Amino acid sequence: MDEVKIIEIKKSVFADNEKDADALRAELKKKKVFLLNLMSAPGSGKTTTLIQLINRIKGRLRLAVMEADIDGDVDAHKIREATGVPSIQLHTGGMCHLDAEMTRQGLDNLDLDNLDLVILENVGNLVCPAEFDTGSCANAMILSVPEGDDKPLKYPLMFTVCDVVLINKIDVLPYFDFNMEKCKRYIQLRNPEAQIFPLSAKTGKGVEEFAEWLLDQISEC
Amino acid sequence: MHELGIVFYIIRDVKAVAAENHVEHVSTVVMDIGEVSTVVPHLLTDCWRWAADKEELLKGCELKCNIIPAVTWCDDCKQEYETVKHGKTCPHCHSGNTWLLRGNEVEIKELVVSS
Repeated sequence: MDEVKIIEIKKSVFADNEKDADALRAELKKKKVFLLNLMSAPGSGKTTTLIQLINRIKGRLRLAVMEADIDGDVDAHKIREATGVPSIQLHTGGMCHLDAEMTRQGLDNLDLDNLDLVILENVGNLVCPAEFDTGSCANAMILSVPEGDDKPLKYPLMFTVCDVVLINKIDVLPYFDFNMEKCKRYIQLRNPEAQIFPLSAKTGKGVEEFAEWLLDQISEC
Repeated sequence: MHELGIVFYIIRDVKAVAAENHVEHVSTVVMDIGEVSTVVPHLLTDCWRWAADKEELLKGCELKCNIIPAVTWCDDCKQEYETVKHGKTCPHCHSGNTWLLRGNEVEIKELVVSS
């Protein structure tokens, strides 16, 4: 009979990822590259918002985009065609989020010495990406009007880890029972530090304010 | 829906510990899962069964989840309360100046192994 014994571990499943993420953040800081991690539910307008943002800032700094999806490369193509900036597609192979190791593998495909900003478009999901630190310098998330003003109450962790919340699709506000003040209050309840920018990626309204905020963050970093 | 990703993390960690300790087979992995960790224990064990049986080291290995009740601390009235019942607002003094003491764990507690 084999000897049976118990090995005590007591270690968080996320501990390794957090260590990887901190190391990646330190390396990026040294290289003076700002990594923005953009998260949201599927269909909230991440790619359209990015196109609006990039076309406003691409003349002022050197940037690239990493698109993370379970499969397909429509987003990377769309970004490249609409903005002309380098854009690569990462596949998570069924995983619902990116972790720091996968982010690093993506960054290895970019010319970091000649970049100031990398935007990571995370997998569309309000749960898992919030749990896994990617090593980003800032976290942004998009909540779109059709999703409803109650999402900060339902997905608290996502709103807690974000530095900035973009409330997208404000052009359709008249057609939805979306209470902007209530939504802002719910976000502040979860995260009093969060910056909130209502905008429309379709019309471009409000994107300038977000762009200025981002450029400020990059210059302070 | 993120339980499968977490299972892959657990497997990676368990394999590393097993290699360090020259373990041939792991029969049980005991987890501490916090009540508000957003991990659903029965989904975790379902994903575990599917993924663990693909590994020689973990064939038939059971994943046990200890549930850690969530407790929040109020910084204003210096009292604890049950997080799941009352959320972010302290039931004693109605302050929102509160933070989670425990209940967010996703930890590998121990392994039962044979070598």
